[in-house]
Amino acid sequence: MNELPETGLILNLALAVGFLLVTAAVLLSLWRLIIGPDQPDRILALDTLYVNTVALLVLLDIKLASSLYFEAALLIALFGFVGTVALAKFLTRGDIIE
Amino acid sequence: MTTELTTLLVELFVALLILIGAGFTLLGSFGLVRLSDLYERLHTPTKATTLGVGSLLIASAVFFTWREPGVSLHEVLVAVFLFITAPVSAHLIAKAALHQRTPSHSGLPPETLLEKHDGHGTRTKPDTDPKQKPSQTD
Repeated sequence: MNELPETGLILNLALAVGFLLVTAAVLLSLWRLIIGPDQPDRILALDTLYVNTVALLVLLDIKLASSLYFEAALLIALFGFVGTVALAKFLTRGDIIE
Repeated sequence: MTTELTTLLVELFVALLILIGAGFTLLGSFGLVRLSDLYERLHTPTKATTLGVGSLLIASAVFFTWREPGVSLHEVLVAVFLFITAPVSAHLIAKAALHQRTPSHSGLPPETLLEKHDGHGTRTKPDTDPKQKPSQTD
């Protein structure tokens, strides 16, 4: 916080609350991933988990005032989607690449 | 004086967008835990994606455009990609759930209709558990 004197008090407060809420969201979707009664529930929880992680990385970017992690957020979004599609297709067809 | 005012306004705007976005993200995951049925649970994370992460990305775009020279357009890439893929993955998960005959509170569609969309793959779960017959109503 001391390295960024330009970032004002209001923004820091909002960032702290935002980190708290998004971390709670990550934990809730992790909970659904653990208890999910069926396989599609777990795929859905994994999907939500990576979207929440993208949100967390965007918040981290604003906090650090550097656009270093946008590529990471983009890659997580990309491969999370590929993973969701592969898992759903595996459940539907019994195979991924036919 | 005016630059200080602008700084304050931009910070207030970004802070508001961050709070809205984080709140909707939490609501999406809360609904994922709280709702009782897979088909109901499909509903909430989509809102978390569009409203929650969308607001956060707008906040980030405003923040970096204000802070650094030039317009910041990285966020648009992530936003467009997430907005395109969220309905597609929800659709595929719903299709997989219907294929597995995941039980629903309001009953599944008729079996003849389900079989038409099953495709020719093998089902990973043995079907027609008498509890999940579509004719049965709760």
